[in-house]
Amino acid sequence: MRKTHSFTCINCPLSCSLELVEEDGEILEVKGNDCEIGRRYAEEEFRDPRRMVTTTVKVRNGILPLLPVVSTKPIPKPLVKEAVRSLAGVVLEAPVEDGQVIVADILNTGADIVASRRLDRLHSAGND
Amino acid sequence: MHKVRKPDLAVIGAGPAGLGAALAAYEAGLKDVMIIERDVELGGILPQCIHDGFGSIVFKETLTGPQYAQRFIDRVEKTDIEVKLNTMVLDLKPDRSITAVNAREGILEIRPRSLVLAMGCRERTRHQILIPGYRPAGVICAGAAQRDINIEGLLPGRRVVILGSGDIGLIMARRFTLEGAEVEGVYEIMDHPGGLTRNVVQCLHDFDIPLHLSHTVTFIHGRKRVEAVTVSRVGEDLKPVRGTERVVPCDTLVLSVGLIPENELSKKAGVALDPATAGPVVDERMETSVDGIFACGNVMNVFDLVDYVTHTAEVAGRAAAEYVLVGRKREREAPLRVEPGRNVKFVVPQILRGLDREVSFYFRVRHPERAVRPNLVVGEKALAGRRAKMVRPPEMVRVKAGPEELKSLRERGEVRIEVMPDTGGGGEGGEEEGDGAK
Ligand code: SF4
Repeated sequence: MRKTHSFTCINCPLSCSLELVEEDGEILEVKGNDCEIGRRYAEEEFRDPRRMVTTTVKVRNGILPLLPVVSTKPIPKPLVKEAVRSLAGVVLEAPVEDGQVIVADILNTGADIVASRRLDRLHSAGND
Repeated sequence: MHKVRKPDLAVIGAGPAGLGAALAAYEAGLKDVMIIERDVELGGILPQCIHDGFGSIVFKETLTGPQYAQRFIDRVEKTDIEVKLNTMVLDLKPDRSITAVNAREGILEIRPRSLVLAMGCRERTRHQILIPGYRPAGVICAGAAQRDINIEGLLPGRRVVILGSGDIGLIMARRFTLEGAEVEGVYEIMDHPGGLTRNVVQCLHDFDIPLHLSHTVTFIHGRKRVEAVTVSRVGEDLKPVRGTERVVPCDTLVLSVGLIPENELSKKAGVALDPATAGPVVDERMETSVDGIFACGNVMNVFDLVDYVTHTAEVAGRAAAEYVLVGRKREREAPLRVEPGRNVKFVVPQILRGLDREVSFYFRVRHPERAVRPNLVVGEKALAGRRAKMVRPPEMVRVKAGPEELKSLRERGEVRIEVMPDTGGGGEGGEEEGDGAK
């Protein structure tokens, strides 16, 4: 069956409205792109859209109660919500180093979830 | 009587602007540099901007806000720059003398040989846009909601309406959704989104959150807590159209209705402000109208890319160092004004005093326009510019001019930045700049 999918290109301020026509998963054409970047973008968004994951996890005895984390690379878009939900259960103990791996290979995507800052231990919490 | 500290440079604010300026001045040879910050840690607003997309121009890779801040914090920690946290500046005088206070040292008198204003900006609130209705809990600015969720671990509401489609509003729509709240929709009074396309796609489309253009909130219901808002379509005059009202049940109204440069201290120091930017009038060194006081980042005008904040900070920091180490060679001639020309809302720097260095002109257009050439124009001659497929108000444009191009300015008179239709032909005119993200 022939289907058309719409995307908005995010690669430059022109923001072209893209239309990708496919038949049973085979891409027939991309319309509306003003340049090649738009064609490639529409194809990627159709075949395998990926997004970075950013959220926070809980930290005990840190100078702040939360640590921001980020994926080391984009993961498939349909898995983003599940990844964030699974991270909601993580509780760490301060201090945390910048770049420290929090969850390796999240949801078998090959991407690690790492700390996106250093988070020092609260003075009053003492040393371990 | 307490001791008066006399550093070479004092920087007010430790966001990306303040950190960048302090480091640039230190690396240019200033020994005694002090940063004054009212918050508990360095980084300014960046630690709460946990999403990625920062730094594509400065670092050629995309980072999260905390990662971008961490790079500068790590560098500052390797220096002996003095950092005063939890310290609030109470007063600033035209002779650069600062009165500040913190719980550890009490009242501080600081008389720096140069000063950089890097206080950033603050959010416009409900009172500045006058929404009728009650005054219940549950009306919150997008940046404040961002802090609650990303720093404090608090969810401000469960069913959310967002007014304004600036980048922070879009980013918070995604953030609320990922944290389990329901975002009913984003309402934007203009007929185009206020934020970057990338954020419209990745924060709204990805989560099926509707964006209602040409709509606004016309009433807030609920006496103790927000219970609903009335939304209405607006006409071309931006006034609500009678008969288009719709009541949307919600417990939270998030406002993303703009940012204002924070210049209360600048005013106390007698710094001249530009009504078009709401920030100080600066020259090519980011020096304000007051001798030895420089400004950079969002205190000058609200940038959309942190990369540009960092660039202005480096210019300001180096210029402050030059001011202290070699003194200023202020030109004897009157400063040249850079006028905003066709389809240009404002330009920084607003004036040129010296023509001896490369200058980046930053400006915003008034309305979207396709196939253009943003140019620095003197008289009838275009000096520096480049082609752009499209310019849009949410995306600041930068045009650079080197000393070669600026050399002839004096004789020619009027200088302006303008956006002209690109009629084709005529060489390359520079490449398009990479699009960073917010
Ligand atoms: S298709 Fe090309 S011209 Fe159009 S928005 Fe994408 S990058 Fe820009």
